[in-house]
Amino acid sequence: MISLNINQKQYQIDVNPDMPLLWAIRDIVGLTGTKYGCGVAQCGACVVLMNGQAVRSCVTKVGRAEEQKIVTIEGLSEDNKHPLQLAWQEIDVPQCGYCQSGQLLSAAVLLRENPNPTDHDIDDAMAGNICRCGTYLRIRKAIHRAAEIQLKGIKIG
Amino acid sequence: MKHFAANRMRYFLPVKTIIIITTIVSIIGIMTTAFKSKTVFPGGHTKYLDKNKDSIESVQAFMKVYKVLMSPRCVNCHPAGDVPLQGEDSHLHTMFPKRGVDGKGIYAMKCANCHQPTNTSGLHTPPGNPNWHLPPADMKMVFQGRTAHQLAKQLSDPKQNGFKNKEQLISHASDQLVMSAWNPGEGRLLPPMSHEEFKKAWVTWINKGTYVPK
Repeated sequence: MISLNINQKQYQIDVNPDMPLLWAIRDIVGLTGTKYGCGVAQCGACVVLMNGQAVRSCVTKVGRAEEQKIVTIEGLSEDNKHPLQLAWQEIDVPQCGYCQSGQLLSAAVLLRENPNPTDHDIDDAMAGNICRCGTYLRIRKAIHRAAEIQLKGIKIG
Repeated sequence: MKHFAANRMRYFLPVKTIIIITTIVSIIGIMTTAFKSKTVFPGGHTKYLDKNKDSIESVQAFMKVYKVLMSPRCVNCHPAGDVPLQGEDSHLHTMFPKRGVDGKGIYAMKCANCHQPTNTSGLHTPPGNPNWHLPPADMKMVFQGRTAHQLAKQLSDPKQNGFKNKEQLISHASDQLVMSAWNPGEGRLLPPMSHEEFKKAWVTWINKGTYVPK
């Protein structure tokens, strides 16, 4: 049995420790907000937070995640009021949406470590998250907006 | 006659003592120089010339070391810029991850987010190591584009080699991340010689005097 802490909930799962964390999150625990893209850490669709870092769950083994703090898109906030979620809604970032949970979690790390990022900082941080719809400019705009919301404590909705 | 004999005794004793003392001092002196010869340079600094040093052997060993250090398995994580390299052609790493201050990446693009403690199975997957990183921003230890002369000079200078002395340089050849070059994951070529052969050349280069090729 492997003990996983996902979004502050404890799960006991009976799987091979070499199973990708993504499989455990989606197929065993049933949290399907995290997406499978390439399976080889190239696209960023499967990003989740592990102890606050934006790991790619398709290549992270469940064994590495045991007893660590995992946050998926379902746990980014309790009420969908994370500054990034507010900004994403305001700017209407997604098109098809498939890559967006990975985009949001990568952006969450950026905003935590750099509360007022420049375009250059955003490009550096987000270069590993691919969007086939090409929503990059809206993502960048929304991160600036989220930074503003976070810094000024602006309330929306 | 008696007077002459007494005088002779008086002069004989110190002469004998001086000869014995001189002989002992000379033997000690010769023994000392058998290990090291000390040269005092005009600037006042001294240099010990180790008899084990051999510039030809040292440089020959470095040229073997250089072949390994310039292989993609080494040079790809010692880039001239702040983005690591990938593949046998040492192209820029896809997604352009940046070095960061500590060499472990920045924001959502930290090395360990993709590079696991062990190699990920399959082609085109991230190779792994528990300590995957580039050299830090304040000590970039660039290999890319360096000539043998430049690289040997850099590696033998503690201000450019991560403050490593001779012993630390030698033990660095067995560093876990260095050794991962010989376990590169599927689809990647090995360095041009075995780790054993590399280490032998590395140690020879250092022990024979860390000479810099022209």
